[in-house]
Amino acid sequence: MANPSAVCNGHLHHHHQKQNNLLKSGIYKKNGITKGMKKNGVSNGTLYKKTFIEHFEQAPMYVAVLTFLGFGVGTIFGYLRDFMRACGLEKRNLAAEREEQKDFVPLYQDFENFYTRNLYMRIRDNWNRPICSVPGPQFDLMERVTDDYNWTFRFTGRTIKNVINMGSYNYLGFAETDVNALKTVSIELQKYGTGVCSTRQEMGTLDKHVELEKLVAKFLGVEDAMVFGMGFATNSMNIPALVGKGCLILSDELNHTSLVLGARLSGATIRIFKHNNMQNLEKLLREAIIYGQPRSRRAWRKIIILVEGIYSMEGSIVHLPELVSLKKKYKAYLYLDEAHSIGAVGATGRGVVEYFGMSPDDVDVLMGTFTKSFGAAGGYIAGKKDLVDFLRTHSHSAVYATSMCPPVAEQIIRAMKCLMGLDGTTQGLQRVRQLGKNTRYFRRRLHEMGFIIYGNDDSPVVPLLLYMPGKIGVFSRLMLQKNIGVVVVGFPATPITESRARFCVSAAHTREMLDTVLNALDELGDFLLLKYSRYSKSAHPELYEETRLE
Amino acid sequence: MEMKHVKDYIYWLYYQYLLITCSYVLEPWERSMFHTITVTVLAMVLYTAYVFVPIHVRLALEFFWQIFGGHQSESTV
Repeated sequence: MANPSAVCNGHLHHHHQKQNNLLKSGIYKKNGITKGMKKNGVSNGTLYKKTFIEHFEQAPMYVAVLTFLGFGVGTIFGYLRDFMRACGLEKRNLAAEREEQKDFVPLYQDFENFYTRNLYMRIRDNWNRPICSVPGPQFDLMERVTDDYNWTFRFTGRTIKNVINMGSYNYLGFAETDVNALKTVSIELQKYGTGVCSTRQEMGTLDKHVELEKLVAKFLGVEDAMVFGMGFATNSMNIPALVGKGCLILSDELNHTSLVLGARLSGATIRIFKHNNMQNLEKLLREAIIYGQPRSRRAWRKIIILVEGIYSMEGSIVHLPELVSLKKKYKAYLYLDEAHSIGAVGATGRGVVEYFGMSPDDVDVLMGTFTKSFGAAGGYIAGKKDLVDFLRTHSHSAVYATSMCPPVAEQIIRAMKCLMGLDGTTQGLQRVRQLGKNTRYFRRRLHEMGFIIYGNDDSPVVPLLLYMPGKIGVFSRLMLQKNIGVVVVGFPATPITESRARFCVSAAHTREMLDTVLNALDELGDFLLLKYSRYSKSAHPELYEETRLE
Repeated sequence: MEMKHVKDYIYWLYYQYLLITCSYVLEPWERSMFHTITVTVLAMVLYTAYVFVPIHVRLALEFFWQIFGGHQSESTV
């Protein structure tokens, strides 16, 4: 039982004949979904070297009904308030045109903001909370109160100290103010200052950037890399440089806005495939190759697949082995956005490519950000040297955007050196291990308590489903009263029935902090009736639902 | 002590009702309006049930009894 992958493979070969007993295949998932079943369709399970468990449990039907009821009530009252505002019975607080321009074409479309005005405003105090310390495992919040139901806020002047931070993307705990850790950063700050005052193509390429790019390439195991000042801009400005008209983009349903924006800006044709559904993707690929471009039936100039390593709203990990085999079969390109997964998954923190034990040569364009695991800002694109050289000349970001500022680059360099072990300590590896332990502990306890959690068992992003709109605001407020800061997400960012609270586990969280949070969640779960899960975990996960491969 | 336990429980039930119907996020005057409408509708439903359900149940029982009862009276003849 030394090597888990060997056991896995042993089971596979043993049960290859048994069609019914699909439990022991390399992949199994637990889900309560009857309609939207996540099908693997991988007949030879040797693509996955270790077990890949994802959960997307569906809540009981009454929860969906009550959620719609809640939204219905909110909508009715929204119409009522809008009517009162239109009649003049109530003061209008949003933007309105000036009296002199009332006859012009309207500048502010009222109805589009219906949801913002009537539902979001009522619980707005749970977002945009100003913090006044480093977003480490604990932080300080500025206290604010509202006198007119969240239209305006005022600060009381007090700060709420040592709130446990379950919302910041601080996976490896590099957001720290320890003087020893930041020694090199302050040296660079004194040497270079803060501003670069130029773009990469003009005079903004510093030796720090060259050093950082070489280090990123070495870290990922690729030929070359390029860094940009902003993570969002990395996606949205570089995808237009890689694809254009006459190309096809196959993008996952739940991709981040930066990928969607980049895809739209490029002018290529975009087709969406269902989230992590490789059968759907294969069908789209086959159709694209067989039928070609819409009217002229010519072959597509390029087919590129846009996916993310970890999807931040679901906590699910991309099915990379199947994706790479599909890409090779149909000769498409793969663009992997590892914003949340770089540093957070993988045995040494090198992202999903390492997590699945694959080679980085399999992915054509590796993209990632430094915001999440490295405590800095900016993004990178890595891959073959030809690709990166092309981007250096053709990317909008390289030509027009200011380059990364030197202290931030130094922070990334020191974090990466720590991760790779080049600073002489094993601190980096310890952080990655600690994150893995914290993630598994947190997820296991939440499952045992009976909450519905989405996503892969190894992903540090933990969405806890709340479903009902009334509970979104209450959950966040009550957690803050217990001195825990959480991020809750509602409608436009998630499907309408599936609002959630998203926890980001960090390597800097100690066991005591996690226990505090878990106890608070236990209490709140009972108080607010959030424990919708129909499965209570036991020590034998194999006894649960098997995948059905059709 | 027992009364406090019961009162807490009733308050908790009221709180769940507020959360489920999303009236927790409403302003106080909207909440009173919502409660008034809900209570009125509920009262009307209960009154209608009280008035009409016994009559309908009796008619249904008579209908079914006639099928079986009428059958028996025919067979004995």
